Amino acid sequence: MDNVDDASVITREGLQCLLDALSGRGYMVVGPTVRDHTIVYEQLTRTDELPTGWTDEQDGGHYRLKRRPDDALFGYAVGPHSWKRFLHPPRVSLWQATRDGDELRFVPARDDPPRYAFFGVRACELAAIGIQDRVLMGDDYIDPHYRSRREQAFLVALNCSVAGGTCFCDSMGTGPDVKHGYDLVLTELLDDNSHLFLIRSGSAEGAEILAELPRTPATATHQAAATAIVEKTRSQMGRSMPQTAIPALLMDNLEHPRWADVADRCLSCANCTMVCPTCFCSTVEDTSDLEGHTAERSRRWDSCFTSDFSYIHGGSVRNSTQSRYRQWMTHKLATWVDQFGTSGCVGCGRCITWCPVGIDITEEVRAIHDDVSSGAKE
Amino acid sequence: MKDIAQIVGEHPFFQGLESDFCNLVCGCARNVRFNPGEYLFHEGGDANHMFLIRYGQVALEVAVPGKPAVSFQTLHDGDLVGVSWILPPYHWAYDARAITLTRAIAMDAHCLRKKCDDDPVLGYEVLKRLLPILTSRLHATQMQILDVYGAPEPPE
Amino acid sequence: MSDDLMVPEPVRVLSRQQELETTWTLELEAGQASRGPCLPGQFNMLYVFGVGEVPISVSGDTVQSETLVHTVRAVGPVSRKLAALKPMEIVGLRGPFGVGWPMTQSEGSDLLIVAGGLGLAPLRSAVYHVLRNREKYGRIILLYGTRSPNDILYSPQLEEWNQRPDFEVHITVDHADSDWQGMIGVVPALVPTLGFDPEDTVAMVCGPEIMMRFTVNALRDAGVEDEAIFLSMERNMKCALGHCGHCQFGATFVCKDGPVLPFDRVRGLLSLKEF
Repeated sequence: MDNVDDASVITREGLQCLLDALSGRGYMVVGPTVRDHTIVYEQLTRTDELPTGWTDEQDGGHYRLKRRPDDALFGYAVGPHSWKRFLHPPRVSLWQATRDGDELRFVPARDDPPRYAFFGVRACELAAIGIQDRVLMGDDYIDPHYRSRREQAFLVALNCSVAGGTCFCDSMGTGPDVKHGYDLVLTELLDDNSHLFLIRSGSAEGAEILAELPRTPATATHQAAATAIVEKTRSQMGRSMPQTAIPALLMDNLEHPRWADVADRCLSCANCTMVCPTCFCSTVEDTSDLEGHTAERSRRWDSCFTSDFSYIHGGSVRNSTQSRYRQWMTHKLATWVDQFGTSGCVGCGRCITWCPVGIDITEEVRAIHDDVSSGAKE
Repeated sequence: MKDIAQIVGEHPFFQGLESDFCNLVCGCARNVRFNPGEYLFHEGGDANHMFLIRYGQVALEVAVPGKPAVSFQTLHDGDLVGVSWILPPYHWAYDARAITLTRAIAMDAHCLRKKCDDDPVLGYEVLKRLLPILTSRLHATQMQILDVYGAPEPPE
Repeated sequence: MSDDLMVPEPVRVLSRQQELETTWTLELEAGQASRGPCLPGQFNMLYVFGVGEVPISVSGDTVQSETLVHTVRAVGPVSRKLAALKPMEIVGLRGPFGVGWPMTQSEGSDLLIVAGGLGLAPLRSAVYHVLRNREKYGRIILLYGTRSPNDILYSPQLEEWNQRPDFEVHITVDHADSDWQGMIGVVPALVPTLGFDPEDTVAMVCGPEIMMRFTVNALRDAGVEDEAIFLSMERNMKCALGHCGHCQFGATFVCKDGPVLPFDRVRGLLSLKEF
């Protein structure tokens, strides 16, 4: 859609018109809002439900909301939620089985998800959705639950105007600027005199909706301001991933002492996998009624940090925390590339922020990298 | 009829041995046969021979009180039976029983030890042939201890 | 009928036969919705009402497309219930899944089929295939190891195969009492005694992972190329479709890239602790 440059600016009222337009088209709009002292993704109808004037302070194992001196609507980084919870929900019913005499019937669960419009999808999150698309829709078997949600979803992307203390999308090549895969993209332009949003479409439906909004064409000044914001964000990344051939680094050092070191800190709590926007592992749960007439199977998120995860009769393949952390990180950063053609990490920093002991994936890579390269020099 | 030198020289254990050495060890060798069920030796007995199977099958066994003897290895054509003859105090550590009619070369242990002692080059040659057999049996024992077939198997 | 491969299809148990103390063979209806005929080495997901689902390899003659044969060892909650099913009872079936034995790829070669314990079950399908297409393969050796003479699976059949002039069967046990007239010793130790031609042999190995590891070492020592050694791996599986993540082994999804994998694909990872 780059050929139709409909770059425009809208006001905060225009943003409300966008929410209304999406609702009017039957979308359930989901976006950031403050709940329980965090910014989470929930259904939105009004712009004042956005975290107006809030920002966040993030570091290893640390997340605090703080007041901003202004009324920015998007002046914060990502919170514990990702869009994964809507596209690949934490729990999905798969089917019901009924037993009647000596007959057994399987009935697929009714699955009528809403048409979602995601409001404020950051570049790292777009990359994460792209990665889950490959995992869950990119092979012979297509997950029907994911597809029914994904194919209907409308994505309002957002160029980041601040970087969090654990952000490292720039070093993963996924952000902070949104490049493709969106219906509309916003950049918040806020100064002492005005509060505007640069908006541009990336799909036919996006263009159609944009045309309905009260707007003025974007000027070169607006565009330059938006570029400057993104570049400033890029310069403020709290973390960075070492720029090296990470898959080879990790796979050549599967028995590096650093794995034992990180295992001493890791609680095997699975937080990192729950907040990760690309982690896709799931398990199934079977339940049945007491009379034995009906049984149900549902799917829920699982984590490679649990001992059940690798259980085969006789025991778990990965018993130690060391082996589980190694599995998670080598999969995320190394074998993922073999499987799906990209890294499984988008640099959103959630795993660092939400780790109760502040384990930092970039620091773990750096520790192995520095040790190996210093060894090579000796 | 093959003479004993030919038989010894053709056995895998001594295959490729220099003819001088072969002649030396042949002086210790004689042909023996065991009928099915007959024992080559018993646990605790003096290890006076090294047996080299030519044809047949021999089971190594440990007697278990109140139960039939447990066999932990069978040996076949070309295999060596018994290593205790080279390890002081030269006592057998298990029973060896012929399962089928077994023809073997019995090397007199006193004779062979003396020749190995007198000529360390021969002694080393014999040890080099003995050691791989010992280590492969050690590996086999390790696997048996692991009881792998009681462990998980693919796929369920 | 659902086209979602996560939804099972109900099929009846046609017969049940005890093989060993804790091992039974079930013959099932093949089902309508299954994704075509099974190939040797593939597996199905079998669901027991209200209990759960487990992956089980096909152990029957896969040409018999109207039935599915699975050999189940009763070791866990699901497999115990599965093994106890009686004829006319119903199970949920999903499958077949995965990549099986390289039956076509190995045509023209000698085959060394090495099984340990219940690992003979997934290999039995390969043997049926080979016997149906005997002229397409060279020399065929089956080396089967198990714990004791009482644990020998498909004993009458092994006897029958061994009678054939074109099929060699070698059975060895870890230990036995004096009634046993056969071989005693571990599988890897017997590999070098078989006298096969390593240049022209494809090896198919299935058994406990430790047994496979040592067997692979013996095969490589004997001169068999890594690419000519195939293993059937086992890992936890929930979906069998490459989505649940449980069966990952390095970059491999055992459920869809395997369970049968060429050794060169898992080399270096197989001996790594807890990988």
